[in-house]
Amino acid sequence: MDYTGFLANIAILVLSGFIGFAVISKVPNTLHTPLMSGTNAIHGIVVLGALVVLGTAENPGLPLQIISFVAIVFGTVNVIGGFVVTDRMLAMFKTRPVHTNTTTTSATDGKN
Amino acid sequence: MEILVYALYIVAFAMFILGLSGLTAPRSAVRGNKIAAAGMAVAFVATLIHIRETSSWLIIIAALVVGVIIGIPPARKVKMTAVPQLVALFNGVGGGTVALIAWGEFIESDGFTGLHVASGPVLPLVIASLFAAIIGSLSFWGSIVAFMKLQQILPGHPLSVGRLQQPLNAILFLGSIIAAVIVGIGSVGSGADPVWFGVILVLAGILGVTTVLPIGGADMPVVISLLNALTGLSAAAAGLALNNIAMIVAGMIVGASGSILTNLMAKAMNRSILSIVAGGFGGGGSKGASAAGSGDQIAKSTSAADAAIKLAYANQVIVVPGYGLAVAQAQHAVKDMAKVLEARGIEVKYAIHPVAGRMPGHMNVLLAEADVSYDAMKEMDDINDEFSRTDVTLVIGANDVTNPAARTDPNSPIFGMPVLNVTESRSVIVLKRSMSSGFAGVENPLFFGENTTMLFGDAKKSVAQVTEELKAL
Repeated sequence: MDYTGFLANIAILVLSGFIGFAVISKVPNTLHTPLMSGTNAIHGIVVLGALVVLGTAENPGLPLQIISFVAIVFGTVNVIGGFVVTDRMLAMFKTRPVHTNTTTTSATDGKN
Repeated sequence: MEILVYALYIVAFAMFILGLSGLTAPRSAVRGNKIAAAGMAVAFVATLIHIRETSSWLIIIAALVVGVIIGIPPARKVKMTAVPQLVALFNGVGGGTVALIAWGEFIESDGFTGLHVASGPVLPLVIASLFAAIIGSLSFWGSIVAFMKLQQILPGHPLSVGRLQQPLNAILFLGSIIAAVIVGIGSVGSGADPVWFGVILVLAGILGVTTVLPIGGADMPVVISLLNALTGLSAAAAGLALNNIAMIVAGMIVGASGSILTNLMAKAMNRSILSIVAGGFGGGGSKGASAAGSGDQIAKSTSAADAAIKLAYANQVIVVPGYGLAVAQAQHAVKDMAKVLEARGIEVKYAIHPVAGRMPGHMNVLLAEADVSYDAMKEMDDINDEFSRTDVTLVIGANDVTNPAARTDPNSPIFGMPVLNVTESRSVIVLKRSMSSGFAGVENPLFFGENTTMLFGDAKKSVAQVTEELKAL
């Protein structure tokens, strides 16, 4: 990689930071836990890094193999577990069929 | 082929951003999460294409299978009350991955000397890798401690070595930086001794442990959020080092969003992130506050039957949930009680303090699990004016977030922290296991208030008893 490529990556880094700020500023308190859990799953993207390190090594020695194995396991747990638990949580916020929810909605409608 | 990989990465991070935007509203959140997960799949496939000529397929596939087998069952089975510790754990393994990647790179490039073959920016890449190693290791061990505290393997109250804590942390931090500089200088010559890389990981790891240990349970929402942001930042750094745009974008977005959330949490407690990380809150309780409470004042205790009568003749009831509700798993019992009250035409609302529970939004998730409509869950600023119009406020396992001393007593350690104005309602019923003070270790004058009665016992049982009494009325 040359300097231009590196600087382009820095530019992407900075812009991503602003996007992160902009998108997340709007999240209501109600969704803070799913949001954290969701972003937690997204940083599981590090599993790609583990794949790249091992995958691009020519004749990786045993230490590198062991380290990469653990890294891939960890990263996969982070991604898969993160998305599954977030999905479970969000499913509970879904608007439910009316009949299970009538008492709550009728009670709150008056005040809103 | 490399162009395809790059293009797929672009598609992937566009999906991450789209998915996260979806998470900003309950209606679109489920789809948002699925879009982000699909984006992850795209990035994953792109990476497999990138490394298609590798000789290590066997290890890769084995590791992926093991990861899936370990990762899915806890995510599927965990109780909603235990979500904070699971998130802490997942966050930790993410940080661990980053640290291991950096280690792997160090080995693969013979102490980063391999990077010098190509013409280009070597130093920034080495720095990015070392940053990833330090923060990754810190985040891994810090998250593990947070997990153990939340799981109550370790005690929740602050554990520290007293005044030596700060100097110790500073020494650990400096030590890991010095080891990183030695590795960095070594990369210009013949490569530093691999021991030094180990020193970085170990010192940063101990720093993670000693930083989180002294932080009390009530501050956990801030800590988890902060560790999440740190793992994101370290992922972005690792992405820079590996020239992987998907990692740069995803890591940085998580870093930025985590920082915002951490800041929000800290603000909700009227404390700076620094003072929370510095720890040492609530070890001995403060002079002013404990004097105010432990004197001759006596809390009035009540029975489930009396509480039920009060509730039955109210027009509006506000429920204030706290960590005690999560511990007792009382969310379903509360919902049952609310149903009975609503059947009598009484309006029931839920007042949720931003830092109630052990992670941001913890209470919302629990109540949603019990089928409480999210329209009935009110944020602090929206409901604080309503307490004066409320007949009965039911405080269930919440303590510090209702403490009136935060508004009135400048000597209180939590003075200035925004709290729910429960004392303004006509009467307050506090459900609590005993008279012990909250995680912050601060006495709560609310318990001795004129209009306050205490219903002692396990929150779930108490609520169920009140519901029975209500039905009998």
